[in-house]
Amino acid sequence: MKILATYNIKGGVGKTATAVNLGFLAAKDGYRVLLWDLDPQGAASFLFRIKPRVKGGGQALIHGTRPVDGAIKGTDFDNLDLLPADFTYRNLDLMLDEAKRPDRRLARLLAPLKSEYDLVILDCPPSISLLSESVLHAADLLLVPLIPTTLSVRTLDQLTEFVGGFNGHQPQVLAFFSMIDRRKRLHTQIAQDLPAQRPDFAAAAIPALSVIEQMSVHRAPVTVFSPRSQASRQYASLWQEAKERAKLGEPG
Amino acid sequence: MRNGSIEFVLDGDPGARPDVGRAVSSDTGSTFSISDDGPARRVRRTWLDTFDWRLYRAGLALEQVGHPGRSELVLTGRDGERLAVAQAGAANGSDDRARWPALLGALPPGPLRELLEPVVGVRALAPVATATSQVRRQRVLNSDAKTVARLEIDQMSVTYPAKAKAAPRLAVSAVRGYQAQASRLGAELAAAPGIRLGSGSALDAALAAAGIEPAPRAGDIQLNAGMPAAAAMAAILTGLLDAVEDNVRGTIRDIDTEFLHDLRVAVRRTRSALKLAGRALPAELASRYGHEFKWLGDLTTPTRDLDVYLLGFEQMTAGLVGASSEDVSPFRHYLERTRTTAHRELARGLRSARFARLRRQWRAELASVRAVRKRPAVADLAGRRIAVAQRRALRAGQHITAASPAGELHYLRKRCKELRYLLEMFGSLYDQEQRWQAVRELKALQDCLGAFQDAEVQREEIHAFADRMLAERSAPAATLLAMGEIAADLAREQRKARMEFDERFAAFAGPASQARLTALTQAAAT
Repeated sequence: MKILATYNIKGGVGKTATAVNLGFLAAKDGYRVLLWDLDPQGAASFLFRIKPRVKGGGQALIHGTRPVDGAIKGTDFDNLDLLPADFTYRNLDLMLDEAKRPDRRLARLLAPLKSEYDLVILDCPPSISLLSESVLHAADLLLVPLIPTTLSVRTLDQLTEFVGGFNGHQPQVLAFFSMIDRRKRLHTQIAQDLPAQRPDFAAAAIPALSVIEQMSVHRAPVTVFSPRSQASRQYASLWQEAKERAKLGEPG
Repeated sequence: MRNGSIEFVLDGDPGARPDVGRAVSSDTGSTFSISDDGPARRVRRTWLDTFDWRLYRAGLALEQVGHPGRSELVLTGRDGERLAVAQAGAANGSDDRARWPALLGALPPGPLRELLEPVVGVRALAPVATATSQVRRQRVLNSDAKTVARLEIDQMSVTYPAKAKAAPRLAVSAVRGYQAQASRLGAELAAAPGIRLGSGSALDAALAAAGIEPAPRAGDIQLNAGMPAAAAMAAILTGLLDAVEDNVRGTIRDIDTEFLHDLRVAVRRTRSALKLAGRALPAELASRYGHEFKWLGDLTTPTRDLDVYLLGFEQMTAGLVGASSEDVSPFRHYLERTRTTAHRELARGLRSARFARLRRQWRAELASVRAVRKRPAVADLAGRRIAVAQRRALRAGQHITAASPAGELHYLRKRCKELRYLLEMFGSLYDQEQRWQAVRELKALQDCLGAFQDAEVQREEIHAFADRMLAERSAPAATLLAMGEIAADLAREQRKARMEFDERFAAFAGPASQARLTALTQAAAT
């Protein structure tokens, strides 16, 4: 089982859109996928029409009083399950703080699921916190969506340096440009130049397209309702790159 | 509930397209709605089993599922859970049955074959039913338009063993995390007219539609103690004739070696029954038909002997130290060639007018046996015969010493067989637990005697084979040497069985075991 996380300190950069589309594409390829919507806003849960509610809340999951697999819901798609968001996730930091080894807690919670899933995707809320630290420790691959600006690239470097300081397991970092506005010269220039220069950048890049925004109307991944759109093609190539970086074997 | 899904049967015209949506709609007060999930699929299905339904009896179902352009073998358990899947190669249109019957060796190696091996053994797999299913999937949505359950409607047309339409079946499976909603849906469906809860597998449904009872228990003749012995013997012998006839086609077609084995068992039992019936049957029957059944038994012996050799060949040659597998392969080929010739002869005999006449006349003869005399009752006859056979076996065994020739052990083996047949033939008269105990102790002794005698016969035969192969110039020296090593191994096996004999016989002849046998027959007679 590989763990992939969509992470960025900033909000509104396309983390959830990436998580749900890659989750669907992986499941379509035959991988058994679990997507954990860690964001209390519950956008991924909303997109899959699943109520953002977990019995016992985040407390029960973090402290192990309820097993994680009991909270899992099937999506409408074969091989793709979701661990829904819950409003109590806003306090996950406090809950983790009470737990032993909080930075390793998520990895330990997910361990019992390894025979059931080939891939877990963690859709993280935007923050730097104990939760994000726990996510960084659990993940094999961090997918970092960046809006093409100089400052975003600086944040990526800080993140890479931070995970490079981990003892033992360190996640790989794969950044990609998201929400590229073709009308902005700076966006197109950075998005064109950087991936060729840096190995931690994916070749795939997700443009800012209204079809992606329509996901909340359709309540489904864009790769489902508009599979031939440019957005879907870019998510498909991002999935291919992520799969190779994470060294995910053939689906069983 | 099968494999986590709730199963229903839809009443009404099996040919019409069922409308489950009508049962689950706002008209019925339901909060669910139903939406189609892709086009209907057409699936060709062939269920496989052995002639004696070994898979069915073990709670397993093996199905070859034909999709356009490919087919797969699916093994499921009693509750419909999938145990293993294997590719069955390219599907061949409506000709899925053409590749069967086949032995397990024809299946691709892997978990499916490994799961089947201990159950199927040496038997061939053959279609027990074929059907074409029109499978439609639907989704059940809640008020958020979220899929909470999936429906699968299976409209099955059975094509073999008889043409029939099965009642459509509906399976409801919950999406993970929505079991409560799926149960509510199940309750709504169960309350709807024309829909009823169902159980049983698709195979059960196919067989029921075709009017076939799966896994019939052959050969178990139910006797009661007071029944006149003549009527009981006629019933037993008719059952044995049925068993002979059931296995003729499979033996001629050489589907697997068990057909011949079962045919031989039925013939041997018939011969024993004729001998043991005494005056319960008209005197001329035993002499007239005893001779014919001896002919039939003898006809089957050469092929069966070679089957035994070939079935045990791997094991027999596995322990060879001096010889390699190439050395023994001419011997194997010789056995196979000889078996082909022997089987041709056997098939000719089974197709002969003599055999047809024997079957016809014997059945008519048995049908005309009337219980002219009410006495003896079958329990009395059985008790007496078992007591005599028990005494004979004991006496034969007690005479055996370390210096006894092999023939004396063979004689004891025959007496034990007689006793065993009697216990099985009249089995329904006795307490099953006690009978099982008695047979178990006897069987332990028989196994030992069988190992001894088989090794003796095979050792002698191997010399005869070597002579013939030499005369035919079909055996290189290395092969003859390997055969010598096999003969030496057999001699060791025989010695081992001989050394175990005293202990096994002592267990059988011990007071506890003998008292059990005596009590068994006395209880039935009273």
